[in-house]
Amino acid sequence: MKYIDEFRDGAIAKKIQARLHAEAQPARQYSFMEFCGGHTHAISRYGIGELLPHNVRMIHGPGCPVCVLPIGRIDLAIQLALERGAIVCTYGDTMRVPASGGLSLVRAKARGGDIRMVYSGADALEIARREPGREVVFFAIGFETTTPPTALTIRTAQQEGLKNFSVLCCHVLTPSAITHILESPEVRQFGTVPIDGFVGPAHVSIVIGSAPYEHFAEEYRKPVVIAGFEPLDVMQAVLMLVRQVNEGRAEVENEFTRAVNRDGNLHAQALVSQVFELRNSFEWRGLGEVPYSALKIRPAFAEFDAERRFGLGYQPVPDNKACECGAILRGVKKPTDCKIFGTVCTPENPVGSCMVSSEGACAAHYSYGRFKDIAVKVEVAA
Amino acid sequence: MCLAIPTQLIELRPGALGLVELGGIRKEISVALVPDAVVGDYVIVHVGHAIGRIDPEEARRTLAMFGTLSELAAANEAALP
Ligand code: SF4
Repeated sequence: MKYIDEFRDGAIAKKIQARLHAEAQPARQYSFMEFCGGHTHAISRYGIGELLPHNVRMIHGPGCPVCVLPIGRIDLAIQLALERGAIVCTYGDTMRVPASGGLSLVRAKARGGDIRMVYSGADALEIARREPGREVVFFAIGFETTTPPTALTIRTAQQEGLKNFSVLCCHVLTPSAITHILESPEVRQFGTVPIDGFVGPAHVSIVIGSAPYEHFAEEYRKPVVIAGFEPLDVMQAVLMLVRQVNEGRAEVENEFTRAVNRDGNLHAQALVSQVFELRNSFEWRGLGEVPYSALKIRPAFAEFDAERRFGLGYQPVPDNKACECGAILRGVKKPTDCKIFGTVCTPENPVGSCMVSSEGACAAHYSYGRFKDIAVKVEVAA
Repeated sequence: MCLAIPTQLIELRPGALGLVELGGIRKEISVALVPDAVVGDYVIVHVGHAIGRIDPEEARRTLAMFGTLSELAAANEAALP
């Protein structure tokens, strides 16, 4: 398929790999965080970790919107379905994220909640048009990629004067999360998580452009290379990061020029700022409260804001004690550091959020990477 | 969740809609976020919406760049006998 297959070519991968081995300096350690779950998925699926020189380490970041959704937010959606009788519409991945009391949206549905999986916010709007007698709530999650479609949904609902539609807005912002990681004690003071640079988001950057990362490349002296989600994109980005480190540079570079420019999609940005404004603070799973890291619906669209419409109050809920998702999302631990990885917690029965979406670090490692952890013993008969 | 893919726009329809095709599968999507997209463009589709376009010239350039020497390294190697 065009623009996909060419970026998965094994022969070119070998070429990039050879450059990486030639240029990574043996005496140095390189640690790069891939912020996006899409990159985490590609790294696991194509075994990119094994193609890298042994002194180049990839750290999985918090860039999977399903993984960073805190329990308290899912509880709100469940509450709307079970206690307020609303039809709750949401993206497929969100359905299985563990919530309070052993529930998830899927389990709440089994208990009689009218919870429906939709492919887009437009589908939720259609349900609202068809069932004018019912309250329809779109449980909207995601980074800057998913925000413009939600904004479009809200604006359309207003233009049509829909009276039974609202959005539970849980949209979060990438640059503030990266800043938060750079400010975290693990990275800043203790040095327990060394980060020498970032593989910057692919599709998020299509929307916001590469300019928003310039500030922290300058401020925190960390190189950023924006990369596409195909395996060659990721490998080339790592090579570009190694070069920046070697040359002592900290710049924003763009590997994904075929879809990303400095300014991003201005049309989408204008729509987003028409409908949304910054939240002072928002809780992320694993990162806690992060200031100015999420969006809420502007007062001009208040009637479409499920939080106001239903008078919802947010209650933070601690994660399952056994679950290491929080540490994994901050890059402090690996999936295999979790005691229940692959035994109690599996993609079929996730205990933590990182096991739900294929972009979560635990699910990615479970699906593609875990077999290499098993030591193979060959007994040779004498 | 963020796994969007490039697909070719094969038809524009009223109401800011478009038809895309990928591997023989056709699907109606919204093109409201990329109002200047034209038929034949490759657009990146995410949750039923085109969010951006692929620049064919840049794609070609990226493929050509893969694994090449950095300018510095290239200069050094050229200087070798
Ligand atoms: S294995 Fe499950 S419980 Fe453990 S960190 Fe991963 S998602 Fe959380």
